[in-house]
Amino acid sequence: MRSNEIMKPLAILTLALVSCICVEDASAAPPVAPDTIQARAQGCSTCHGSYGQGSTDEYFPRIAGKPQGYIFNQLQNFRDGRRSYPPMNYLLAYMHDDYMAELASFFASQKLTNQAPIGKASKLDADAERLVKEGVSARGIPPCTSCHGPTLTGIEPGIPALVGLHERYITAQIEAWRVGTRRAKSPDCMHDIATRLKEDEIKSIAAWLASQQPPSPATPAAAGKWRTPLTCGSQP
Amino acid sequence: MLATIAAVGAACALLSPAAWPQGQGHFLGKDQPLDEVIARGRYLAFIGDCVACHTKHGGVPFTGGLPMLTPFGTLYSPNITPADDAGIGKWTADEFYQMLHTGRSRDGTLLYPAMPFPAYTKVTREDSDAIFAYLSSLKPVDQRNRENELRFPYNNRSLLMGWRLLYFTEGTFEPDHAQSAQWNRGAYLVQGLGHCSTCHTAINALGGSSDDKAFAGGLIPMQNWYAPSLTANQEAGLGDWPIADITALLKSGTSMRGAVYGPMAAVTHNSLQYLSDADVQAMAVYLKTLPERNERIDASAARGATTVAASVLASGHAIYERDCASCHGSDGRGKPPAYPPLAANQSIEMESSVNATRMVLNGGYPPQTAGNPRPYGMPPFAQILSDADIAAVVTYIRVSWGNHGSPISPKDANSLRSAPLFD
Repeated sequence: MRSNEIMKPLAILTLALVSCICVEDASAAPPVAPDTIQARAQGCSTCHGSYGQGSTDEYFPRIAGKPQGYIFNQLQNFRDGRRSYPPMNYLLAYMHDDYMAELASFFASQKLTNQAPIGKASKLDADAERLVKEGVSARGIPPCTSCHGPTLTGIEPGIPALVGLHERYITAQIEAWRVGTRRAKSPDCMHDIATRLKEDEIKSIAAWLASQQPPSPATPAAAGKWRTPLTCGSQP
Repeated sequence: MLATIAAVGAACALLSPAAWPQGQGHFLGKDQPLDEVIARGRYLAFIGDCVACHTKHGGVPFTGGLPMLTPFGTLYSPNITPADDAGIGKWTADEFYQMLHTGRSRDGTLLYPAMPFPAYTKVTREDSDAIFAYLSSLKPVDQRNRENELRFPYNNRSLLMGWRLLYFTEGTFEPDHAQSAQWNRGAYLVQGLGHCSTCHTAINALGGSSDDKAFAGGLIPMQNWYAPSLTANQEAGLGDWPIADITALLKSGTSMRGAVYGPMAAVTHNSLQYLSDADVQAMAVYLKTLPERNERIDASAARGATTVAASVLASGHAIYERDCASCHGSDGRGKPPAYPPLAANQSIEMESSVNATRMVLNGGYPPQTAGNPRPYGMPPFAQILSDADIAAVVTYIRVSWGNHGSPISPKDANSLRSAPLFD
């Protein structure tokens, strides 16, 4: 074999190798973020979890699997100031309805299975259970189950589950309705109910709810499954 | 014959602007149909960002009532819808221009410079008239103005005479004929309606700023965000930015170099996203030519990785790899425009560590705009990182990858936890 029959292909091979080595230099374009709604929703992850599954922190609720309309209402409430919590108000300040609806759909579509109860059963159970399932009609307090469902897993499009939440989160929300730091669109049914409940009733209801085993999967009932007793601004 | 001439003369007199009632008709752009003037005024009002201050959260736009916290007390913005008593319904175009140009209300009251008349003084009569026409076309809302709550002695408006002597120069915009029309348009917008220097200049204890430090950056009082220098390439000086990145940042809210955050996110949201590409480009062209002023920065203390204890760097590195690298990259290059680069990012490495620390504490979503319709967001870390951890990771990003920033202490991190986030 003559030398140039070796040298020419060798030269070409060397050139090719050198070119490959040189490709990963500093002027190469940086990588691109995944073009997914899940990547975009990572702004929510450190409080609510990457999929909205919640965390051990008692004040940041699970949002996975909640009705899309409910999550959307809350995003709107935070953006527009009806719910006051500065870290949320700040994150949502410059978002439009369409994008918030998309984020809400993402979290609503995360199905949760096999949740353990978050709280412990306490000796107030019997009274609390009666309040939740029967209400006190004389004081204008409907049973929680009449809106939130017989298994308390909520109903589409806008009523959330009451099981699978931390006791302190539930107490904080009902208190917030009482004092006005959480508001829903008028007529604000939860404000009315919250102001009719006594403090110790709120505590025992929250403890009982947190100690319940959520169904698996914990899916909200379909829209229109039952009629709710109150007309609320947040519900269609 | 004479009667005809007199009649024609009278008709001409009626047609002249001087004969029109002052309230509606005295527009310099008198040859333009009113609806075009109003449309132009609406656009100019976006540039001036009137709505951001003259609207409270959840309130009707332009009805005022926004509390503006200052070191001197709280001011409440007035209603500028054309309501007769509660708003500007009885104002004339002349009075509106006098107010913008001289900082005096129609009854001679001196305005507090929370209204940035030191910048708006440069707005042309024509533009002022257009904005006035637009505001006059809004639905009047009878929302009464709220009393300011200023502490003694600042509640005495006559003190403003002294302030004005020191810090206000009435004037019109003077084009620089050595520069292009585009540059001059950009200069007019940035210096006048854009009122960028109102935030991007250091404010002294009297609430004033010096002209020679204009655009050189400053901490925004009470809000506790740092508005970086636009004149120093080591801060937000745009001298080495491509024009495309500047226009993307300002109008879309995100770019290959970084995103708007803090009060600047509000500026893009309320104002800059509505500007034409040509106007944003003009502003970018002008901003790039702001003379570089690095004196303060060069005189600062030793910076960079050599100033940091090894244990802090190690801790910061570990936190960064665990919590930040999946988006911002181990190499700090990020995945722009979604996840900004941190390496060579002026917002991270500049002298003030306030912004970098607040971003780690609170995260943020840039504004949703036509150019960024489905924004990526950064999560907050205040609730899961201790003061020491925040300090370690902020220090790490400020000194890594060749960044020339300085370390921060856990006390620095802690002090920003309580900074106001949303009023």
